[in-house]
Amino acid sequence: MTKLVKYTTNDFNLASGKSISPLEIAYETYGKLNKDKTNAVLICHALTGDQYACAINPITKKPGWWDILVGKGKPIDTDKYFIICSNVLGGCMGTTGPKSQNLITNEPYGLNFPVITISDMVKSQVLLLDHLEIPKVLTVIGGSMGGMQVLAWMSEYPDRIKSAIPIATAAYHTSQNIAFHEVGRQAVMADPKWHEGKYFEYNTSPEKGLSVARMTAHITYLSEVALQNKFGRNLQDRAKKTFSFDADFQVESYLRYQGVNFVKRFDANSYLFLTRAMDYFDLISENDGVLANAFNDLNASVCVISFTGDWLFPSIESKKIVHALNSKGVDVSFIDIESNKGHDAFLMDEPAMFKTIRGFLEAQYVK
Amino acid sequence: MSNRFDFLIIEEMVELGSKVLDIGCDDGSLLKMLQDKKKVDARGIELYSDRVNLCLEKGLPVVQGDANFDLEMYPDNSFDYVILSKTLQSVNRPRDILEQLLRIGKKAIVSIPNFGHWKVRLYLALNGQMPMTPSLPAKWYNTENIHLCTINDFLSLCDEINIKIIKSVALDKNGAQLNFANRIRSVNLIGEQAIFLLKKNND
Repeated sequence: MTKLVKYTTNDFNLASGKSISPLEIAYETYGKLNKDKTNAVLICHALTGDQYACAINPITKKPGWWDILVGKGKPIDTDKYFIICSNVLGGCMGTTGPKSQNLITNEPYGLNFPVITISDMVKSQVLLLDHLEIPKVLTVIGGSMGGMQVLAWMSEYPDRIKSAIPIATAAYHTSQNIAFHEVGRQAVMADPKWHEGKYFEYNTSPEKGLSVARMTAHITYLSEVALQNKFGRNLQDRAKKTFSFDADFQVESYLRYQGVNFVKRFDANSYLFLTRAMDYFDLISENDGVLANAFNDLNASVCVISFTGDWLFPSIESKKIVHALNSKGVDVSFIDIESNKGHDAFLMDEPAMFKTIRGFLEAQYVK
Repeated sequence: MSNRFDFLIIEEMVELGSKVLDIGCDDGSLLKMLQDKKKVDARGIELYSDRVNLCLEKGLPVVQGDANFDLEMYPDNSFDYVILSKTLQSVNRPRDILEQLLRIGKKAIVSIPNFGHWKVRLYLALNGQMPMTPSLPAKWYNTENIHLCTINDFLSLCDEINIKIIKSVALDKNGAQLNFANRIRSVNLIGEQAIFLLKKNND
């Protein structure tokens, strides 16, 4: 069952200058911490992920989002490593976020929740490591927004990590990525049931808007080839076109399904805040225009992974990270995995990625 | 990779505890050997992802990349040695690459298959066709070796771009070392491969 840490004594100060109190962090652990505390693996989840990285997610009753990678005998082996995964700050699966109760107003935060950053998320994970009394993790790993958190760990808490695996990510959110996020947010806000973020007062939620946001985003997570291979122009449960705006095509039906399912498990305001956190991420501008300066104090081994078919976080962005690490003499490895699955490849069955992670992690463990 | 006698020569050239970049490091065998025997700080570049994975399993930091494009990302003099073993003949611009090696590295170690070997010459003379030998097994139209050269060619290129050859070793087909001194003509005839330790002439 999900564990909860609660911090009430101190205000949790944010990059924006605001603070949150109390702060609660919901997290899961898998496997056992060894005596020397050298086998801890911190997993950072992506935008719509949660703390249920592996085994069966108790809420959806489906396998955890990274069950393909994490578990007994898998590349991130629960027999070998102690795995920690927490719901991000601003999330909606137990960690303090916009749907949490604001103690001052005695109602959910909604839009009164402070705008948070990737750094704030990582700062909350540091508290969790302190709580678990783990001075240094064997590795911190994550894809997409999870990869941004990994980069923030490398930059801000280099002494707390022995190694790092940023996957399908970038040191900053590109203009196109911000643009896609803005479309998603506008879709949520255009839904009259959003009620300026106060839908909880009306006992409703902007399901249509959030669903459209998810549909758009989902397209960016795949690739043209993947969509074409999976659906082509196939029709959905019908022999011919209906000459209507029904979901005639399989791809339409699929996207609608993705949208509808998503709103069941995700809070619309959380979606706004988390996409914003990604938009604000920029390790280059934070380091006077020189990415390498983000890694001045980094002594960890880093394995950067990208996918050739990822057009949302293209390989070139990973190469920029590698370039910066190289110029600081960091022990960096990089692999650009051949895949046509798009950005979401990091969540899918990619044997080359499994091999990379297993090999790198084992080598770090014995080192 | 059939015989890698050149690895032993390279090992001799590398000083203990130095920082080494191996370009085209394949499965990491050379780097691993240098790490074990010479305690080097080992780094690699490899074009193919499956080979990068073999390196990662050995605990070697290796970046997937292309020697033709990705050397620019390394700062000047960031390595004690930059190694290019039997790869020069397959790059787009060997001369530029050589200059890059000595920009990134204080020294460079380059090994080449010798296209001046008598069997190669004989093959062309007798058959009138592009030579194919056990170490150069591909046809002319599908070989990766687009810039083959002889030992003599390599020496004159180094001279042309002001590279100093600190040490040169040629090996015959059995891996026996051939004496370079005053015998360039014969070395260029019976050497199957050659390994050079290089540095910039003005250093």
